Amino acid sequence: VLEQIEGSRAVARSVARCRPEVICAYPISPQTHIVEELSRIVKAGELEPCEFINVESEFAAMSVAIGASATGARAYTATASQGLLYMVEALYNASGLGLPIVMTVANRAIGAPINIWNDHSDAMSQRDSGWIQLFAESNQEALDMHIQAFRLAEEVSVPVMVCMDGFILTHAVEEVDLPSQDVVDAFLPPFEPRQLLDPADPVTIGAMVGPEAFTEVKYLAHVKQMQALDLIPDIARDFHEAFGRTSGGLVRGYRTADADTVIVALGSVLGTIEDAVDDLRDRGYRVGALGIKTFRPWPMDEVRAALGRASRVVVLEKALAIGIGGIAALDVRVALEGLPVEVYSAIAGLGGRPITKGSLVRLLEDAEAGGLGLTTFVDLNHELVERELARTRAKRRSGPHAENMLRDVGVVAAGPV
Amino acid sequence: VVTAAELLSVAAFIDGRHAQAFPSFGSERTGAPVVAFCRIAGEPIRSREPIAEPDALIIQDPTLLHQVDVFGGLRAEGHVLINSSRSIEELALGELAERFRPERWRTLSASELAREHLGRPLPNAALLGGFAAQTGVVDIDSVERAIRERFAGAVADGNVAAARAAFDLVGEPARA
Repeated sequence: VLEQIEGSRAVARSVARCRPEVICAYPISPQTHIVEELSRIVKAGELEPCEFINVESEFAAMSVAIGASATGARAYTATASQGLLYMVEALYNASGLGLPIVMTVANRAIGAPINIWNDHSDAMSQRDSGWIQLFAESNQEALDMHIQAFRLAEEVSVPVMVCMDGFILTHAVEEVDLPSQDVVDAFLPPFEPRQLLDPADPVTIGAMVGPEAFTEVKYLAHVKQMQALDLIPDIARDFHEAFGRTSGGLVRGYRTADADTVIVALGSVLGTIEDAVDDLRDRGYRVGALGIKTFRPWPMDEVRAALGRASRVVVLEKALAIGIGGIAALDVRVALEGLPVEVYSAIAGLGGRPITKGSLVRLLEDAEAGGLGLTTFVDLNHELVERELARTRAKRRSGPHAENMLRDVGVVAAGPV
Repeated sequence: VVTAAELLSVAAFIDGRHAQAFPSFGSERTGAPVVAFCRIAGEPIRSREPIAEPDALIIQDPTLLHQVDVFGGLRAEGHVLINSSRSIEELALGELAERFRPERWRTLSASELAREHLGRPLPNAALLGGFAAQTGVVDIDSVERAIRERFAGAVADGNVAAARAAFDLVGEPARA
């Protein structure tokens, strides 16, 4: 049934239809509306059996999810930003133990400077954590991906992070098709754990492993992610058959077949990118776009196949590896190893800065004209940076950058106290 | 403001169109200046960028008129609806309106209508009713349904009454 509702509420209802048995929640913007709606659903008795546990921190949220999953319960939680960082130690335990927890990350920047707005710094910081990472382009895809995520996680016994852009998706009210319970039930069988803490058949989970087998356990985690590369397209195909629409998968190309320049991106910015691509196509530019739906495991072959015929590729990302530049751009370079394709990195949308169609069109025009450097900071206010650099040269005690620059841009609250 | 944009999107959805409503991400707190956006289209909406050049502006708090550049980017053909008991001229906007389509600029005492019908000065519903009449972009029956989906009981009734009163006050849709 089509409904016009907020992304967070849509995802919460979709998660509820996956029948999680334990939901651990600690609120943090912009994830809060998701767990609030789930709390309402559980309290109203619309999801049974399910235990909704208010925990004292994100570290506890993930720890409780680990415990619940190990006892055979389908476990779910959600977080963002500093909350994700706070649960990092437990994240590695969840993946290292192979517990199929599903978690929504409502992508948000990481401080300092503190910032509650959207970018991908949080998820990217955990790209090597052993979690599968899916990135949703729309609210429809976000809710569809959660249904696929439970099936994927439980099939390979690996936890899955469904990333959706904070505010841009979580707080957007748009139409979504919420699948009915029976269709979800048919698609997602009950959780059959591969390992179970069961008093009737006791095992331990979490042994200390020394040099004699540590490499092998880690290697197996890698093997399972590689297996997921085969499984994700299968699940997306099954999903299409059951639900009648395309969602998820590894990558999705848009007008890439004959494109000279392809822009690669993750998440909700792909919609605006497609608008920019259409504008440029109308003006005769041969441009296309590639959406990365699955970032971990990295779909090496699919990325190579989709981009290998292009002359140049611009990887637009809402994250920055300070000290080098793009993050996904490095992975794209590896995928294109040995092919004559130029790869450029573009950093955009940090801390909620809007990524406009106009800026994307200019970026692609620059790329076509051969005017891009290795790393471009889209819409960077160079003058603002230069003024602060001048201050640091003029005086040793030049003060905090953030406050100085806020004063320059005229944000009132940043004035001297 | 955020609720108004959501209700408008729901009304458009009920009308059978595609709509997307979103707040000016993150800063939506009661009391702070807030912007929320709504896109309405016949085809699915892909863009996620904020609306920089609106076709229509609804201004809930007229005290912002001289603090923030609320008219920045407004299209030449754009509609403006301001929550105020004063006229466009009394708000000292007559000259500015002349540079656009002044007949598409109008005020509505939405807070007073809300006080009358709802008992509280919450202007959302009245502004949406007025907007429906002014622009014809959404059907007033869809506005009513959107309100009733969101609210229940006396609150829904009061909001619907305020929206209908505003719709009648602003008059029949003046389509371009």
